[in-house]
Amino acid sequence: MSRERRMVPNAEFRSYYGRPVVKAAPWTAEIPTYLFLGGVAGGSAVLGAGADLTGRPALRRVSRLGALGAITASFAVLVHDLGRPTRFLNMLRVAKPTSPMSVGIWLLTTFGPLAGLAGAAEMRGLLPRPLADLLGASARPAGLAAAAVAPAVVTYTAVLLADTATPSWHEAYRELPFVFAGSAASAAGGLGMLAAPVAEAGPARRMALGGVLAEMAAERRMTSSLGLAAEPFQHGRAGTLMRARKTVVAVGLAATPLASRSRAAAAVAGAALLAGSALGRFAIFEAGQQSARDPKYTVVPQRERLISPAGSADRPAR
Amino acid sequence: MGHQLYGPEPDVAADAGWQDAKPRKGFFTDTSICIGCKACEVACKEWNGVPDDGFNLLGSSYDNTGALGASTWRHVAFIESAGADGVRWLMESDVCKHCTHAACLDVCPTGSLFRTEFGTVVVQDDICNGCGYCVPACPYGVIDRRTGDAGTKNVGIAQKCTLCYDRLQDGMTPACAQACPTESIQFGDLSELRSRAAARLATLHDTGVEQAQLYGHDPGDGVGGAGAMFLLLDEPEVYGLPPDPVVTTRDLPAMWKQAGLAALTLFAGVVASFLGGRA
Repeated sequence: MSRERRMVPNAEFRSYYGRPVVKAAPWTAEIPTYLFLGGVAGGSAVLGAGADLTGRPALRRVSRLGALGAITASFAVLVHDLGRPTRFLNMLRVAKPTSPMSVGIWLLTTFGPLAGLAGAAEMRGLLPRPLADLLGASARPAGLAAAAVAPAVVTYTAVLLADTATPSWHEAYRELPFVFAGSAASAAGGLGMLAAPVAEAGPARRMALGGVLAEMAAERRMTSSLGLAAEPFQHGRAGTLMRARKTVVAVGLAATPLASRSRAAAAVAGAALLAGSALGRFAIFEAGQQSARDPKYTVVPQRERLISPAGSADRPAR
Repeated sequence: MGHQLYGPEPDVAADAGWQDAKPRKGFFTDTSICIGCKACEVACKEWNGVPDDGFNLLGSSYDNTGALGASTWRHVAFIESAGADGVRWLMESDVCKHCTHAACLDVCPTGSLFRTEFGTVVVQDDICNGCGYCVPACPYGVIDRRTGDAGTKNVGIAQKCTLCYDRLQDGMTPACAQACPTESIQFGDLSELRSRAAARLATLHDTGVEQAQLYGHDPGDGVGGAGAMFLLLDEPEVYGLPPDPVVTTRDLPAMWKQAGLAALTLFAGVVASFLGGRA
């Protein structure tokens, strides 16, 4: 704690009655929930396709159903978040590469039906024969196509946050996609561990473990290069969420080595990694909101940039 | 066709696709002659039918509206400070900057925000679905999503200054500039306003007001120059303005590249998870 304090010089700055300069996004819990669900959906689609190709029917079933459920819930929270939910379809009147949200909507519009088809095929027993056969035949192509789009579904959300004037999101644009990719892998792998039998869940365990380690590494790199904008991650709600996540992930990591033998350990580890992924999304969301609400994070780096244009505020080149 | 994300852009309306673009319009707000009467705030509300922004006493001098927002399209800032030679009282009428590179417009997923033939940036009320993305994108904290009862006009959608688009189309002056009794708010062709601002700055510097500075006038700045520029008597942050705003979309190509790399890494990682073990 004291080490971090010294890294950031005491910020002297002037402001207008301490009021924010930039506005915090008018978004609430729906958005970090979606970041998590989108990660589960995308990660599960890739895991499900792999399970399909390698003959792991139980893991395939869990992952495809997970992707279907998560993407359905994603659409629900995204519509609910709008100021005018009935105008959701206005999202589809343009396609704009300069708008990460527009790119994201088109990705979801492609991914949703494909993942939905593959997921629905897992429930085809409920349907009459000809329809069930049709679904069964289309499941693999749809699942593979969904898996091809899924990595973009997972990482575009990092650009969505970074392409703002919110200091702790924008300044993190280099590492945030890797944090989100890792988070999605640990969540989808966690779901596989939680719900698929141990014998089939080997790839899910390796994916979850690799994901959570990658997430932590990318996040470490992110916070160490953020400068002043790293501060909100340690304070307030964001700080609490970060610490809670650390504990939950530690439980997940401790239980993972046992997960190849014990069904109970696999369930505990899987649930913990899922929860860790969700807490991480909420922490990053809150840190950004906090950085927008305090004028310090907007004014100080900009003022430093003006004083020495070549650089103290600019991040070191890599 | 390539839409420019950063740097000087002499013809912003043409960049947006207008073939019969008009000369770019804007504001020059000279705070050295603002008397804090708030006629601009009132005229804006009257003309544009903007709902009230709360009847609050904020305890910040004569400022009881706080900041620009969905229902505050002009905002007069008041800064009182005691110095060696008595009390200093600064007043500044703030407004949307109508940036050359407008982050709000670029991130809008519905195309509701658009560039007009006058080079200004306007929300189309009947298209916006209230996604709220423009709100954190703005480097000045101008645009916001309107809150209120179900009956409130345009509730739930993004709202901000239109530079009186309807009045411009009829060759009229925006309501705030029309109402300003001291011509602190000047409206006109941007090129003309830039030279007027430079001349006013020179005059003030000649008469010993050396703290006077221009804000938003430079096409080489982080937003490619603002359509609404200011003459300030202290640093921008004292008025609640960002000292060196940069449009977030400057870095968008680099962001997409990072996201692409991360997506490939994820895919490779999952493939490795299937290849890398026995179980």
